[in-house]
Amino acid sequence: MARVIVDVMPKPEILDPQGKAVHGALPRLGFTAVSDVRQGKRFELEVAEADEATLAEIHQMAETLLSNPVIEDYAVRVEAAE
Amino acid sequence: MKVGVVTFPGSLDDTDAQRAVRLAGGEAVALWHGDHDLQGVDAVILPGGFSYGDYLRCGAIARFAPVMTEVVAAAQGGMPVLGICNGFQILCESHLLPGALIRNDHRTFICRDQTLRVENASTAWTSDLSAGQEIVVPLKNGEGGFVADEDTLDRLEGEGQVVFRYVDVNPNGSLRDIAGITNERGNVVGLMPHPEHAVEDLTGSGTDGLALFTSGLAALASR
Repeated sequence: MARVIVDVMPKPEILDPQGKAVHGALPRLGFTAVSDVRQGKRFELEVAEADEATLAEIHQMAETLLSNPVIEDYAVRVEAAE
Repeated sequence: MKVGVVTFPGSLDDTDAQRAVRLAGGEAVALWHGDHDLQGVDAVILPGGFSYGDYLRCGAIARFAPVMTEVVAAAQGGMPVLGICNGFQILCESHLLPGALIRNDHRTFICRDQTLRVENASTAWTSDLSAGQEIVVPLKNGEGGFVADEDTLDRLEGEGQVVFRYVDVNPNGSLRDIAGITNERGNVVGLMPHPEHAVEDLTGSGTDGLALFTSGLAALASR
């Protein structure tokens, strides 16, 4: 078994109201070091084997379902075996 | 004229949309998300609500519902399709319309009577309105901010594909105050505000919304 991680983030030019809300809450809790927050999604996909064909398929699903390319970027990586 | 209204799990405004179709003089046909069947309808409405709980992204799961295969094919063939609120989000996720809807810039759900300016009165769903006319219909959404890249926005403006624009206030951060758009052919229209809630004097903010449904029926009659 292998685990493939797909990270989906709002594109830099797209407003991220959720990240802004989190950023706005931090100073109220006394955290002042953070100058910006962007919030995204992380998908953990369990696969039998993270071979080339599987990864190609995962890129395809990332483009069609996991992310919306109009507003989001995604990145695929294989998590190192423990 | 038969107008199908799709019900997804989590649709809210399907019965209101059906009612609006009947008040406009059409026959409303309930369509089910799980069927590969449009039941011979002449037009389709994707109603508002929270299909599939808005999981992943608004409209992202609904796009892959069995009935959407038929809706996309029919829309590409010229069938009039109207997407309201969540239906607009589904049309964008389906790539029948460009752009996407993101969370309101002020991060709160909004529910208000909204003034819109009609920018394009030659689509299948706006022929009973006139360009420049202002109408008032309810608006209620949490993720209604219309976004697209600058090139797409310029193209939408240049080709007259902006159908409705917000007037007085921009309620959700939509770029260029865009409330509704159409495809190049003018048969597919999506908008965030809810015309189906403004079809009777008894409730809502008047009857301005009815014109979209009478327009849709007129477009069918003239084919």
